[in-house]
Amino acid sequence: MSKWKIITKGIIKENPTFVLVLGMCPTLGTTTSAINGMGMGLATTFVLMLSNYVISLIAGLIPSKVRIPAFVVVIAIFVTVVQLVMQAYVPSLYETLGLFIPLIVVNCIVLGRAEAFASKNKPVDSFLDGLGSGLGFTLALTVLGMVRELLGAGSFFGWKIIPGDAILIFILAPGAFLALGYLMVLFNRIKKA
Amino acid sequence: MEYILIIISAVFVNNIVLNQFLGVCPFLGVSNKISTAVGMSAAVVFVMTLSTLITYPIQMYVLEPLQIGFMQTVTFILVIAALVQTVEIILKKISPALYRALGIFLPLITTNCAVLGVSILVVTKEFSFGGTPALLTLPQALVYTAAMAAGFGLALIIFSGMREQMELVGVPKPFQGVPIALITAGILAMAFMGFSGIV
Repeated sequence: MSKWKIITKGIIKENPTFVLVLGMCPTLGTTTSAINGMGMGLATTFVLMLSNYVISLIAGLIPSKVRIPAFVVVIAIFVTVVQLVMQAYVPSLYETLGLFIPLIVVNCIVLGRAEAFASKNKPVDSFLDGLGSGLGFTLALTVLGMVRELLGAGSFFGWKIIPGDAILIFILAPGAFLALGYLMVLFNRIKKA
Repeated sequence: MEYILIIISAVFVNNIVLNQFLGVCPFLGVSNKISTAVGMSAAVVFVMTLSTLITYPIQMYVLEPLQIGFMQTVTFILVIAALVQTVEIILKKISPALYRALGIFLPLITTNCAVLGVSILVVTKEFSFGGTPALLTLPQALVYTAAMAAGFGLALIIFSGMREQMELVGVPKPFQGVPIALITAGILAMAFMGFSGIV
């Protein structure tokens, strides 16, 4: 598989959110605006790339019986790094994403890529696979965030473009489920056509 | 009184799945039949309460005094993973019947973000019940965790009932599977919004 293909397959064909339906909690919980969704996506991408790289390096040394706990420790270390960096440089985003930053550890996408790809492939390929899946995840979160922000607050990346009141429910919890549900319908429809 | 407030707030008002978005994966994954939903809920209540019982003292008496709060994520996930494994082994030995009922759900729980999420939540979030905001004490934290888990169970069981009905209707092709489940969950979440503001 060419390097380019490794990156692109994570974005559309194996999109973590729309196709594989993994990592639903941060997808629903952090997409109250496009910026929040994008921030969450990029934080996950960072963890995915580095954890994939390191896991691919050490996979041969770990007995297969304890590989899952070992992978989780590697992932947790990078999540802690992201957590500290975000706390220092983007404190407001850190506040809004809150609990969902430490929860990147249990995001099925990260462990899923480690198990399905990084443990069997070369470090550089694994790094690129992490980049691809991460970008796919970021794309999905940004799109969902954009839709919810536009409908729920009438703005686009923080710019108010629709004057007057908006449909507040799309910012609230039910709107997350509804918006993602309908986006998936749309994605299925487009993919088939 | 404050225990009643904690329970109502955790089960209905801030429902873990429909309001906080924790544990959405098992919520969508094991909600096809009511019987599996009940088994999963029982396993979650059990593991979640146990994990708070262990992570709360670790946070308060080990991580905080040593000022290594940044190790929280790594420590908690390891404790939870080890706990789930231990529970599985103990159950197998002590109560094979219970193991048969809950066993298949236990490995799934390690990656259930609700467990890690709630154990972090109870040691960081400050609650005010009429007075000044303060961290929960251990008994309060345990009640809160158990109620959160019960809220997960409630949402999961109601949702699986709805999905069982859904199998009898013709769903348009692009909606089949996850999309229609998400839309149903959205409507259920809207119903739970009716509880907001009562505590």
